[in-house]
Amino acid sequence: MNAQRLGLRALRQAAVKKPNALFFENLPRLALTTNAAALQTRSASTQKISENDAQSLLAAQRRQRPVSPHLTAYDYSQTWFGASIWTRITGQALSVSLYSFSLAYLVAPLTGWHIESATLASAAASLSPVLLTGFKTIVAWPFFFHFANGFRHLTWDLTYGFKKATIQQTSYVVLGASIIGTLGAVFLL
Amino acid sequence: MAALRSTSSRLLAAAASPRSTILPSVFVRSMASVGNATVEANPKSSTDSRMKSFQIYRWNPDTPSEKPRMQTYTLDLNKTGPMVLDALVRIKNELDPTLTFRRSCREGICGSCAMNINGTNTLACLCRIPTDTSAEMKIYPLPHTYVVKDLVPDLTHFYKQYKSIKPYLQRDTPAPDGKEYRQSKAERRRLDGLYECILCACCSTSCPSYWWNAEEYLGPAILLQSYRWLADSRDERKAERKAALDNSMSLYRCHTILNCTRTCPKGLNPGLAIAEIKKEMSF
Repeated sequence: MNAQRLGLRALRQAAVKKPNALFFENLPRLALTTNAAALQTRSASTQKISENDAQSLLAAQRRQRPVSPHLTAYDYSQTWFGASIWTRITGQALSVSLYSFSLAYLVAPLTGWHIESATLASAAASLSPVLLTGFKTIVAWPFFFHFANGFRHLTWDLTYGFKKATIQQTSYVVLGASIIGTLGAVFLL
Repeated sequence: MAALRSTSSRLLAAAASPRSTILPSVFVRSMASVGNATVEANPKSSTDSRMKSFQIYRWNPDTPSEKPRMQTYTLDLNKTGPMVLDALVRIKNELDPTLTFRRSCREGICGSCAMNINGTNTLACLCRIPTDTSAEMKIYPLPHTYVVKDLVPDLTHFYKQYKSIKPYLQRDTPAPDGKEYRQSKAERRRLDGLYECILCACCSTSCPSYWWNAEEYLGPAILLQSYRWLADSRDERKAERKAALDNSMSLYRCHTILNCTRTCPKGLNPGLAIAEIKKEMSF
C-alpha cells in the first residue's frame, strides 16, 4: 500500500512537471519521498508454540486485562440520571419504607410505640410548614415517579413506545407527571 | 479511490505552492496517509486551522502493570476526514503508530470499529466528528469489556453467546417444491429490522444489565438475533428456542433500560425485539 502510494505520487509529480516524463527520470524525487516517517519498519516476529502453551499464554494475558470504563464513561443521562435506575431506586425506597412501617405497626402494641394514624397526624400538625412540605415531597415524589414510569413499562410490555424519539418524549412526560403529582399531593392533600 | 478523487486538488495545490519548484506536491495532502507527521500535526498557518483534541483510552498488554490512561492527540480538522475513524486512522498513520483499534469497511457494514465515543457506543466510521473544536472528544473501548489493547475489546464471550442461540435455520420438513423454503411477503417483512444487525456489540455493551450479568444474560444483540430466528416463518424449532430462553437470566435480565435502542448505530431496535420475545413467551 505504502509502496503503491509512493509510486503513484512520483507518477503524479511527473505528470505535473512534464506530461511525457518517464518514470526513472523521477527516481531521485521518489527517493526524496521515502523519508523516515513513510518507511515504517516492523520488528514483529513470530514464534511457534504448542497449543497448550498458547492457551496458558492467553489465560495469563486475560488475567491482566483491565475492564474498560463503564459507569464513568457512558452518557450519564442514560446511566446515573436514566429513568430506569431511578425507578429501581424509588421502588426500593418505597418498598423498604412500606415493609419497615408495616412491621413496626405490627409490633407496636408489644413495644408500646404510638404510630397510629391519629398520633402521626398530630405529630405532622406540630411540624413547621417547611419541614412538613419537605417531608411530604420526599415521600410523594418517589411514589409518583415510580407510578408514572410503571405505566411506561406497561406500554412497553405491550410492545408500544419503542421509537427512539418516543422513548425520549415519554421520559420527559414521566418526569413532568411525577412533578405535577408531587406538587398536587404536597399542596392539596 | 480516495487518493484518485483528490488528484485535481493536489495538482492545483502543487501549482499554487511556492515550493513547487523544488518539491512539487510532496507536502500537500488532503486525506490520511503516511508521512509528514510534523507538518500536519502542527500546521504553521494557524489562521485557518481547526485544531481538535481527541482523548483516547490507552492500555498496552506488554506493560500490564501500567494503568490504563487517556492520551490526547490534536488534529487539524481541515486536513482530516469527517468521521471519527478518519481521525483515528490519521492519528495512527501520522502521530502514533502504536494506537490500536479495529477497523475494516469504513462504511458501517462490518461492525469492527465499534467503540464508546463521547459517552455513547457507536461505529467510529459512522460517527461524525463534532465541528466544535473547543470540546475534546473522548474515545473509550466498548464499556465493561476486557481490553485486549487500547480500543480493542475481547468479544470472545459475546460470540460464544451468539453461537449458543443456534443462529441458523433449523428445519425437518423438506420444501414442498423440493427447491426452496418459500415465504409470503408479510412473513418476509417480519425480518426487516432484524436481519440488518451486524453484531457490532454496541447495544450489548451499552446495557448496564449486561455489564453486571454478561456471564448469563444474553444481552440485546444476541436477543435480537434470537428473535430474528423466532420470527422466521421457515424455522421449525420455535418451541426449543423459546424453551432455551425460559429462565430467569437469559432473557429476563432485560429491564427495558433501552440504552440498546438509543445507541444502535444501524438504527435497529433491540429493545423492541426483546419486548416481542417477552410477549411471545407469555402468550
